[in-house]
Amino acid sequence: MVKQSLSRRIGIAVLGWGAAFVLFFPLLWMLLTSLKSEPEAVTPSIAFTPTLQAYGDVLARADYLAFALNSVIIAIGGTVLALALAIPAAYVMAFHPTKRTRSTLLWMLSTKMLPSVGVLVPIYLLFRTLGLLDTRIGLILVYTLMNLPIVVWMLFTFFKEVPNDILEAGRMDGARTGAEVWHLLLPLTLPGVASTGLLSLILCWNEAFWSLNLTSSAAAPLTAFIASFSSPQGLFFAKLSAASTVAVAPILVFGWLSQRQLVRGLTFGAVK
Amino acid sequence: MATLRLRALRKSYGTAEIIKGVDLDIADREFAVFVGPSGCGKSTLLRMIAGLEEITDGDLFIDGARVNEVGPADRGLAMVFQSYALYPHMSVRDNMAFALKLAGASKAERAAKVAEASRILQLDAYLDRKPKDLSGGQRQRVAIGRAIVRHPKIFLFDEPLSNLDAALRGQMRIELARLHRDLAATMIYVTHDQVEAMTMADKIVVLQAGRIEQVGSPLELYHHPANLFVAGFIGSPRMNLLPVRVVSGDPAGVRVGLPGGGEVVVPVDSTRAAPGTGVTLGIRPEALKPGAEGALAGAVRHVERLGGLTLAHVAVTDSAVADGATVVAQIEGSAPVRVGETIRLTIDPGATHLFDGEGRALPHQSRHPLAA
Ligand SMILES: Nc1ncnc2c1ncn2[C@@H]1O[C@H](COP(=O)(O)OP(=O)(O)O)[C@@H](O)[C@H]1O
Ligand SMILES: [Mg+2]
Repeated sequence: MVKQSLSRRIGIAVLGWGAAFVLFFPLLWMLLTSLKSEPEAVTPSIAFTPTLQAYGDVLARADYLAFALNSVIIAIGGTVLALALAIPAAYVMAFHPTKRTRSTLLWMLSTKMLPSVGVLVPIYLLFRTLGLLDTRIGLILVYTLMNLPIVVWMLFTFFKEVPNDILEAGRMDGARTGAEVWHLLLPLTLPGVASTGLLSLILCWNEAFWSLNLTSSAAAPLTAFIASFSSPQGLFFAKLSAASTVAVAPILVFGWLSQRQLVRGLTFGAVK
Repeated sequence: MATLRLRALRKSYGTAEIIKGVDLDIADREFAVFVGPSGCGKSTLLRMIAGLEEITDGDLFIDGARVNEVGPADRGLAMVFQSYALYPHMSVRDNMAFALKLAGASKAERAAKVAEASRILQLDAYLDRKPKDLSGGQRQRVAIGRAIVRHPKIFLFDEPLSNLDAALRGQMRIELARLHRDLAATMIYVTHDQVEAMTMADKIVVLQAGRIEQVGSPLELYHHPANLFVAGFIGSPRMNLLPVRVVSGDPAGVRVGLPGGGEVVVPVDSTRAAPGTGVTLGIRPEALKPGAEGALAGAVRHVERLGGLTLAHVAVTDSAVADGATVVAQIEGSAPVRVGETIRLTIDPGATHLFDGEGRALPHQSRHPLAA
């Protein structure tokens, strides 16, 4: 590689850090605000004495662990179910395509362009009839369906990179479809499958529209926990920020730990 | 025991027919080679046998049982792919043991069979490596080892040597032939290289455009090609083909006129060759020798010297055609021919062939002793 001039490298570094700071700033501000007292929280001042008062108030007023548990169960459930449905679908599309495979994929993806609110009423009524309102199962189903197009699409692109020869060799070695997928396809695309799963987990964790509309208490995840602090009597910014911080902290830590995996899966091919 | 029977086998992709009705029998322990130009359907036919490609029409029998609807996992065949298609995430050992593991073989049995295959293929030192840490030749061996451990009914090879360099290819040809003898297994081998076909096959199947042109032993195809295509495809350098006219039918064969006025009697059945008919004369390069009484004359245009052999490209003089055809004479040793000189070539009538207007060979009066 040609060695770049120093000024150019500095320029790129400044640009990179600048972009990172802009992206990170809201989170930073949330964290700062959560450490203020309520009166300080409405001012933009950054000279304040940090206090954990807001966190104490938040955890005293709501059962954080119950919400967090719902979030974990629903995010994992939605992800596992989406993968379980998407892996066979993507396998067939990648290795046994028909003339309509491409258009089916595009059509699936196009459903993501519809505003969710457009189907709120039918889904709500359906849920009420089926007794799925405020249940984890209900939310898992909705999240699965919500993420399925993206999950199928991503798995499809990862699967596409596996040479057909290798799967055919497996078939000649006596592998039926199940063994072929389990022993060959999935291990070969593991980075891709893992990053797809991670993305699905993150999307499920952060989803607010459906969770706010379809749950009230029993199955309410952390997004509902945050929302419960934006009360109509006026906003308490420190408490709201503290609630948001504890709600996003697990997924942030999780994302941080798995970032290498995520980047590897999303940028490089699945098969090396 | 493993025999294969193909009856009127056809394959179409949409409206394009790729395999156009193939009938073939392959005997137990036979080494059959499918050979033909690129795109003629060799791989497709092999994949139909393997079960990787659906059979559009016709019947396929393994050991007498019809298997059209049996999937590749259940046909009991093993295939070595051109790309090797090793499992990149598994060690050499696991690559070879995979089929056994799927079949539910015990750990001890797996280890024993892998050990046996790796001994035969000299892979012992590499069992714990991943495919990416192997050379092309070693990968090739692993691919073969993966087939061996299963003791399949039939081995299928799709151009397994085409990614190797020439020296390794020559060596692997010998190893595969040895393996065939040692394992006493039925093998089907696909190649576009007639040298591989000639050197390894018990039975060569020459394919062109989805049809079988001829089936026979290597020497049968060499000495008794059924048509112009096989005559031109089998043998290197290629058979010389000259358009000529029948002069007369002799008891000894068919007398044809040569460019430049000479004549030669080709020892073939003369009943189908009326005097005056246009036919094609085929002369193997080794049947042409420099000689003062030679029936062909021409200017040497190019000389290829291989040391033990000399290939002289000679433009034969033809009064009828301004610029006559070029023939190649394969002369033993380092012959003193020079570019530009005019030489005469004698023809060994025993290595000549005659093809009618449709390109079909006129049958020889007697068979070559080794090609009966
Ligand atoms: N999946 C396919 N769809 C359409 N045509 C195909 C397909 N596979 C092979 N063909 C065509 O079939 C012909 C024979 O292919 P192949 O059997 O691979 O030839 P060979 O192995 O003799 O070089 C080729 O013309 C190829 O284009
Ligand atoms: Mg081929």
